[in-house]
Amino acid sequence: MSNVTDNYPLSEKRPDRLTTPTGASWKDIDLQSVLDGTLGMSDLRIAPETLELQAQIAESAGRSQLAENLRRAAELVKVPEEKILEVYQALRPGRSTSGELESLADELESQYRAGRCARFLREAARAYQA
Amino acid sequence: MKSERLDLSSRRAINQDSFIQEWPETGLILFDSPFDPKPGIRISRGRLCELDGKPEAEFDLIDRFIARYAIDLTRAEEAMALDSTEVARRLIDIGVPRQELVDLFGALTPAKIVEVVNRLNTVEMMMALQKMRARRTPSNQAHVTNRKENPALLAADAAEAVERGFSELETTVGVSRYAPFNALALLIGSQTGRGTALTQCAVEEALSLKLALAGLTTYAETLSVYGTQKAFHDGDDTPWSKAFLASAYASRGIKVRFTSGTGSEALMGHAESKSMLYLEARCLMAIKGAGSQGVQNGSISCIALPESLPGGVRGVLAENLIATLMDLELASGNDALASHSSIRKSAKLMLQFLPGTDYIFSGYSSMPKEDNLFGGGNFDAHDLDDYNVLQRDMQVDGGLRPVSDEAVLKVRRRAAQAVQAVFRQLELPPVSDAEVEAATRVESSADMPERDVVGDLEAAGRFLEEGRSGLDVIRALAREGFDDIARKVLALQKLRLSGDHLQTSAMVLPGPRVVSAVNDPNDYRGPGSGYSLSPERRQEIASLNQALDPREIGREPAARSGGFLRETGEACAGTDPREIVIALGPAFGTALRATLLGIPHQEVLQAMIDGIRAEGLRPRVVKVYATSDCGFIGHRGAQLSGSGIAIGIQSKGTTIIHQRDLEPLNNLELFPQAPNLDLSSYRTIGQNAAKYAKGEPVTPVPTRIDNTARLKYIVRTTVLHLHETRQVVKDRNPRELDWSPMQAAAGSGAVEKALPA
Repeated sequence: MSNVTDNYPLSEKRPDRLTTPTGASWKDIDLQSVLDGTLGMSDLRIAPETLELQAQIAESAGRSQLAENLRRAAELVKVPEEKILEVYQALRPGRSTSGELESLADELESQYRAGRCARFLREAARAYQA
Repeated sequence: MKSERLDLSSRRAINQDSFIQEWPETGLILFDSPFDPKPGIRISRGRLCELDGKPEAEFDLIDRFIARYAIDLTRAEEAMALDSTEVARRLIDIGVPRQELVDLFGALTPAKIVEVVNRLNTVEMMMALQKMRARRTPSNQAHVTNRKENPALLAADAAEAVERGFSELETTVGVSRYAPFNALALLIGSQTGRGTALTQCAVEEALSLKLALAGLTTYAETLSVYGTQKAFHDGDDTPWSKAFLASAYASRGIKVRFTSGTGSEALMGHAESKSMLYLEARCLMAIKGAGSQGVQNGSISCIALPESLPGGVRGVLAENLIATLMDLELASGNDALASHSSIRKSAKLMLQFLPGTDYIFSGYSSMPKEDNLFGGGNFDAHDLDDYNVLQRDMQVDGGLRPVSDEAVLKVRRRAAQAVQAVFRQLELPPVSDAEVEAATRVESSADMPERDVVGDLEAAGRFLEEGRSGLDVIRALAREGFDDIARKVLALQKLRLSGDHLQTSAMVLPGPRVVSAVNDPNDYRGPGSGYSLSPERRQEIASLNQALDPREIGREPAARSGGFLRETGEACAGTDPREIVIALGPAFGTALRATLLGIPHQEVLQAMIDGIRAEGLRPRVVKVYATSDCGFIGHRGAQLSGSGIAIGIQSKGTTIIHQRDLEPLNNLELFPQAPNLDLSSYRTIGQNAAKYAKGEPVTPVPTRIDNTARLKYIVRTTVLHLHETRQVVKDRNPRELDWSPMQAAAGSGAVEKALPA
């Protein structure tokens, strides 16, 4: 087994590497902080770095597609829910022209640095057009 | 002409199931449609330009998706060139490791995969499934719903399900606006007992995502995939939209499992003349390509359709197997009603139960099926004892455990109370004490008090609008003194930070501790490898509530009444032609005091004595020590009897009428089934023995024939006979006995003697 999978599960073996996008750390999150109100749902979000670690674990376990999914997910961490739902809706059948998908791809790429997701949308646009 | 027997058979449960012949043009065929493509691949300059005989120009969206994301082109040509039978053999060859096969199947086309799998018979598929499932430890998922969508009952049912060992719980809604409350009730219930579970609420995609984002659910399973483009479009999705959605869930740390299954395309009228399994192989490749960690398949809600066709159950096993070949987590169906026949349902279940899958059921109805809103309930709450017995019989880990009634009631009440408290804290429509009490004890929601539906729906709608979340639930639990549940709910929310449960086949154990195909990979390589029951788990499975301690059998209070026999010396051969000997087994009336049915030995003896006396003859009672065998006891008695006739009786009540000059194992009458003998039978046995002695014509004692007697009593029979045999003293001659007659037993303590001293 490689070193990467030796760190799994991260919650047991490497909690020190787990932080939230808001900067809270694993040990900061306890019942008291919930009761104090110092912790919100936004503090209970996975960080892009963590998804990358999980992608590496998936990859070293021989699961390249799962790893790719987790890397797309890492890009989406910073994308707001409304935008995510908008992209999802746009990908559903008959919802958008390939131009519309292209411009959503551009937006993901430029505004959220979501290059993989953008590429994925462009591939969808080409497939839908064919 | 009509046969009553055939007529009765035609009304059996199995004949309420629907059966049809194959109709390949419409996709009503499991394997080998004449319209299925032949396996083939063409790769040109690193690009897949022909898939199963179809050129790229004719690709539909699914072909394109598979070609782009699901086939390892670097290995494809080599893998496709392998003989299908040879690949099939590798699947059950314990010398070929799982990973090698995962890599190989990652380079095959849908038609090739189906061809390979179709070379396996059903047992071989089970062997392959045992080897190929992703996680070593099998587990199980429950459905938790009720018709009234009562939150207290949902929580109680969820808590019981976790107590019984389910590691995932799925709910859904009758009215979708209830979703937040149903999810909330499950979340609380799932963390109430000693266990833990991931929970989900099956609703429309956008709502499902919202519930997960609010921390009310911890995974999703609603991402349906179809094997033809038209069916996919009818589902209002494409492989790309589903794949994007999967990434969206993962970006919020939420576990996702896709859904597919044979029969859905035919049911939707879009099978394109392809076999169900070929289309399912396309689904599974699309799911793998999307980067999903897993799938629930096994036909799911369509199950009765493949089962109407030849090879349907084998086909469903084949689709389960293909999911594991794609290295996907597998929740293997068995949820929706598949048959009216218990025999057929159980037989089908064995195909997943025996090899083991990540989740043997993708929804075992943990409450009575009347309350199952999934149209499920192939197995339900009332089958749980059967299921536990099956685990014990086969020593197979089906993910569940026997639990005591007290434990069930305790977690049910506490979960309902926790929901009541959270509703109070969050100023939601109150849950009454009567509801808590009913949720603890009712059979189904039909017996639950009515709630204010309008008020509930309004409050449920506001819950999400006001941005309430799992954290509000945690705070409410803690403020009401349910700290333990609050901590467990928080621990689950916290898991999202780690993403550990996003890996393939992840389940969450108490702690919470994540166990997945990464840290618990299936390493089956033949006997002595792979998953095996730990001694503790074996003991847990063995410990059914209803299992008795065999040492206690025959020691019941009724069997411990006072002595009524007294030995007076060695028994000699009698000379009185009017005496009938009653020869008792070595434990009769002493080490044991009652028959198999619990009839006191004293009453049994008295009935035989009364029968003998009614014919004007004289009873004489002896005890035989040298044997516990009924025939030999009777035979020894007959040697001592002045008339040559004796009744032999074992402690368990089995009786024989014997005659001096017969072989030991021959007899005049034998009553081998003690459960069918009552006191009047014993009296008649006495009378008949006397009639034989008098040389009168005898009508054999009528006895009932009950062919369940052996089934019901074989354990008691064995144990009582064991106690009797322990009293055998090989070289002790029979002893003459005095006995206390029944009417005097309680009073004067008088003793009768059969013979003058």
